[in-house]
Amino acid sequence: MTIQFNEETFRDDYSFHNSARAIKRFPFPFHEDSYMYSVNMEQHRGGPEGSVYENRFDVDEHYLAEMRDRAMVLADDPLRCQSLPHMTLAGWDLLEVIMVSKSEDYPDLFELHRDGDRWRWINKPMGIDDTFTFLDETTLPYGPMEYITRQAQGDFCILDQRDEMLWMDAGMITTQADWSLDFDIGMNFFEWHAPVPLAHELGIFTRALKFLLNIPQGAPARRLNWTMTVNPLLDTSPENYHKWGIQKTSLTPENVGSKQHLRVELQTFFRLPRSNALVFPIRCYLIAFQDLVSMPKWGRRMHRVLRELPDELATYKGFIDNRPMMLDYLSKFDDGQPTSPGVWPDPETEPPLNTEIRNHTDGNSVDHNRSA
Amino acid sequence: MNTPPQKSRPGAEQIPVVVSAIVPLNDLVTRFEFCRPDGQEFPPFSGGAHTVVEMRDHDRTRLNPYSLTSDPSDSSIYAISVRRDEQGRGGSLFMHRSVSVGDAMNITYPVNLFSLDLRAKKHLFLAGGIGITPFMSMIAQLERMTGNWELHYSVRNEALGTYVDQLRYKYPNKVHVYYSDQNQRIGLEQLLDGQSLGTHVYVCGPTGMIDQVHGAAAAAGWPEEHTHSEEFLAPQPGKPFEVRLCKSELTIQVGENESLLEAIERSGVDAPYLCRGGACGQCETDVIRADGEFVHRDHWLDDEQHSSGQKIMPCVSRFLGTLELDR
Ligand code: FES
Repeated sequence: MTIQFNEETFRDDYSFHNSARAIKRFPFPFHEDSYMYSVNMEQHRGGPEGSVYENRFDVDEHYLAEMRDRAMVLADDPLRCQSLPHMTLAGWDLLEVIMVSKSEDYPDLFELHRDGDRWRWINKPMGIDDTFTFLDETTLPYGPMEYITRQAQGDFCILDQRDEMLWMDAGMITTQADWSLDFDIGMNFFEWHAPVPLAHELGIFTRALKFLLNIPQGAPARRLNWTMTVNPLLDTSPENYHKWGIQKTSLTPENVGSKQHLRVELQTFFRLPRSNALVFPIRCYLIAFQDLVSMPKWGRRMHRVLRELPDELATYKGFIDNRPMMLDYLSKFDDGQPTSPGVWPDPETEPPLNTEIRNHTDGNSVDHNRSA
Repeated sequence: MNTPPQKSRPGAEQIPVVVSAIVPLNDLVTRFEFCRPDGQEFPPFSGGAHTVVEMRDHDRTRLNPYSLTSDPSDSSIYAISVRRDEQGRGGSLFMHRSVSVGDAMNITYPVNLFSLDLRAKKHLFLAGGIGITPFMSMIAQLERMTGNWELHYSVRNEALGTYVDQLRYKYPNKVHVYYSDQNQRIGLEQLLDGQSLGTHVYVCGPTGMIDQVHGAAAAAGWPEEHTHSEEFLAPQPGKPFEVRLCKSELTIQVGENESLLEAIERSGVDAPYLCRGGACGQCETDVIRADGEFVHRDHWLDDEQHSSGQKIMPCVSRFLGTLELDR
């Protein structure tokens, strides 16, 4: 299907919004009514038609707006894109895998014509038609990684693999959840994960590292991660905390449904063929609470997950202070009925919200008929 | 997590291929070239990568790793170079005797456990005998990137110098060959001593040679991460033994000429693997009970783990006695 790209922003007036289709395909991360950190890795080779898992690199209605936002972030702070000198080949690898995947998966939007090393790349949504020489940096306006990631949604970390270890040696990071490429560049896997609580005790990182080191070419993997963001902000970087951190205090019982967003990262891992590096695309999806609860199952489950979440995790994810207000809001969408297993919204089979037996009786009438 | 669970299959993804050429290089080594039956291109790969070749030898399936010796930028073919090993368990003999041009086979996507450190200012390659194979693709890759490299290659005699002529012809100033029957030796100490800072050394060859290079580099004060090695471990034959697979509730016999991993697979149990050469760690298996003696041959577990008797790498290691595994 052809995609209708949204006219929207991730800053100032925050006109970001999800269409009915985008809500339905949102990658809700909780497969049961509780959550514990785990590696939860699976193969990344397709998924149900129309889902965000279907293609190697998902393109959706936010594409153009996200690319505009990235260009603005880079104009302010060029260090969001860095590549150590030995990572250029990996940058070409990434350019190749994205161009090949997108032209195969979205032939109406992207075209790649290859004649030996002479490549022509057409990106119709962005109005780009460039001819260049593969592996010759002088024929592109930017380095290969920067060139292609200015045209691909999500952040990208390129990890060099040496001495049984992964090294954060290149990246395009403009939509990150509170970490900094400029700080992490050159670090190894354990160093850049040092701030994550609980996971170390569980030995999760040692196992995850072993898994990642062995990701073979031709068999990419994926997992989901999540956090919370007030306002649909893509750029929640430490560099700009002074701008966005303060927004967390702007949450009120009246605006929590529209301002509070669940932020889900679809993390994928691909072995890069020519450099043997690993690329780690982190694709961010945002959904306002009021849209989330339009799927009755998600409303019930979100409430239960947040209620049970250990304090350490709520603190680490940065919403411990707002949690009572979030729970207050979500409780109106939890009538105590059981939820079906799995992450899918199941709108046809899940019972609508029962306002009579909902466990929160504050007397306010609740608009639960949004699921048009 | 979200989609119907997709169990990852053990080993890397396979590619169906057709044998397109068989070229004897000398008395022992033969080059096999593969193309794709659908005429598609092969995926690009990185210098030093190997592929695991599946051999259907009557009722048994062998899976042997071989370094890719073709040029990584040539996506029309993949090539491997196989040394005939009369003492081995038969994989190389199968390749030499039973494979013909036009045969359909399966090989895996490239896997690289011996990749170039692209930070190096210079790559110094040390090869012994058939250990030349991973360097063939590394050299091709570096030539294309105009990387700085040098090869020191020790062979038994002139007749067995696999790829010597080709390498000398193409890179007369970068290739140095040593014939052991003429008492020529790579002068390690001197060679390492004369290198500029930022040089990385890579060695592939017999165990003795690898140990020597590691020792010499350490003695010369080279940082450990500047020395890279790959040993082409093939599972060795050994006395048959019995293994209880506790999770699968099966008891299996490991034959003289098969590896523990192969015996597990033959019994229909899926076991993880990647390199099948004791280097990647993927096949690591917990031991539940062991009555007898371990024959550890892998490069993955450290000495302490080896002597603990709690883990085994079934792709290359064996056991004398009876063993119970968590598989
Ligand atoms: S399969 Fe790689 S170590 Fe056993």
